[in-house]
Amino acid sequence: MTETKQIVIPGDEIERTNEKVRNGAYKCGQDKYCSEYFGIVQRNDQFIDIVPFTGPYFPRKDDKIIGKILEIGPSMWTVDINSPYHSLLHMNDTPWRTSAGDIKRYLAIGDYIYGKIMSINELRESWVTLKDAGLRKLEGGHIISIPAPKVPRIIGKGGSMVNMIKDATGTRIVVGQNGLIWLDGIPKNIMIAIDAIKMVENEAHTVGLTDRMEAYLESKKGEIDGNSK
Amino acid sequence: MGTASDIKLIDENNIRLDGRGPDELRPIKIETNVLNRADGSSFIEWGGNKIMVAVYGPREAYPKHNQDINKAIVKARYNMAAFSVDERKRPGPDRRSVEISKVVSEALEAAIMVELFPRAQIDVFIEVLQADAGTRIAGLTAASVAVAAAGIPMRDMVVGCTAGKVGNKIVLDLSKEEDNFGQADLPMGILPKSDRVVLMQMDGDLSVEEFEQATSMIMKATKRIAQIQREALTKKYEIQQKEQGE
Repeated sequence: MTETKQIVIPGDEIERTNEKVRNGAYKCGQDKYCSEYFGIVQRNDQFIDIVPFTGPYFPRKDDKIIGKILEIGPSMWTVDINSPYHSLLHMNDTPWRTSAGDIKRYLAIGDYIYGKIMSINELRESWVTLKDAGLRKLEGGHIISIPAPKVPRIIGKGGSMVNMIKDATGTRIVVGQNGLIWLDGIPKNIMIAIDAIKMVENEAHTVGLTDRMEAYLESKKGEIDGNSK
Repeated sequence: MGTASDIKLIDENNIRLDGRGPDELRPIKIETNVLNRADGSSFIEWGGNKIMVAVYGPREAYPKHNQDINKAIVKARYNMAAFSVDERKRPGPDRRSVEISKVVSEALEAAIMVELFPRAQIDVFIEVLQADAGTRIAGLTAASVAVAAAGIPMRDMVVGCTAGKVGNKIVLDLSKEEDNFGQADLPMGILPKSDRVVLMQMDGDLSVEEFEQATSMIMKATKRIAQIQREALTKKYEIQQKEQGE
């Protein structure tokens, strides 16, 4: 029997003793906190978090995200970061020597980038940068989308879950904090990796998922195309 | 309200036309995530009402002059299908549906944490497929479930319920006949945790005592409806839990 964590709906009071309530709850009375989301309660010694089952992505500074180019201006790209608001990428924040008016040579409409949120203001206007190690234009590959609140589960503790999927299927995977995932490799292996990710997505609220994932990938071993290792 | 009739809507034993007692609800069934393309959706069957709700957003509000720099705007659109009532309804918005869209938007806005999404817009589409009295509160109840299922932060759920006066008695959750031939109708939207009123309209006449009796009846009923909402939301995840156990 797999155990689920406690499920709450908006307005439910959160039972607590000394822990601090961190995310997903608001103060609804003296020393009382209520849930904002339909989701699960995650507890540790110090903090309580409400993790929604799904929901919009809120950009935060230094989040690494996957974005899609929507529009090109004379010196900026408009990027869809899978959030309620679009983001902007200025030509000076790219590793290329661009000149105004001719930036579509580097990124065209529909291209995907792996970028970082450089800054965000109270109006939720944000700017993306490509100037950091590992940030780049994503060429080839396949993009899938999952709800942003489930990204930590896909990554796992210290990247354990995603690394396990990467190793077992022999695909290259880049997970954006905003819920977009880029996969590259042999099509058949990509399909297995996608199935594995969907499985994590569907069972994110259960306990002991890593072990089940291991068993699942083991069972798929025969189907994976040879040159994985 | 409206036309007088010699139908006896409630008898001496306080039994209504459909066999319910004065404080009984019609059967309610809610399902969530019925539409794949929507961010959140729900389907409610409340007596003879069948209503589909889809939620999209939050997304940037357009046209841009509608944006509010401090908060998100909630745009609910209540629409009745042409085939939802006995005689064909002329499709498209009319005075009634524009009014209902407005009051439902405001009721939802009271529960949603709109201040977290400046410049954004949350779209709620309420499509009435079959109408049988009390569609606005059934739509509101389902809309709140759909918004929660979309993962939009809310202070509380919103629960709707009606009460009314039929045959000089106060009854809960009017049916179609009671709505058409009764003396008064009082739809209310409540935040069940804090008992705050977010929607209240009245058609017909009630004395102060009758009004108080009606509101207390609604307040009690909303607790039961809130429980149905909770079960609708959590059901999916509990089934999954069982399947894995087997």
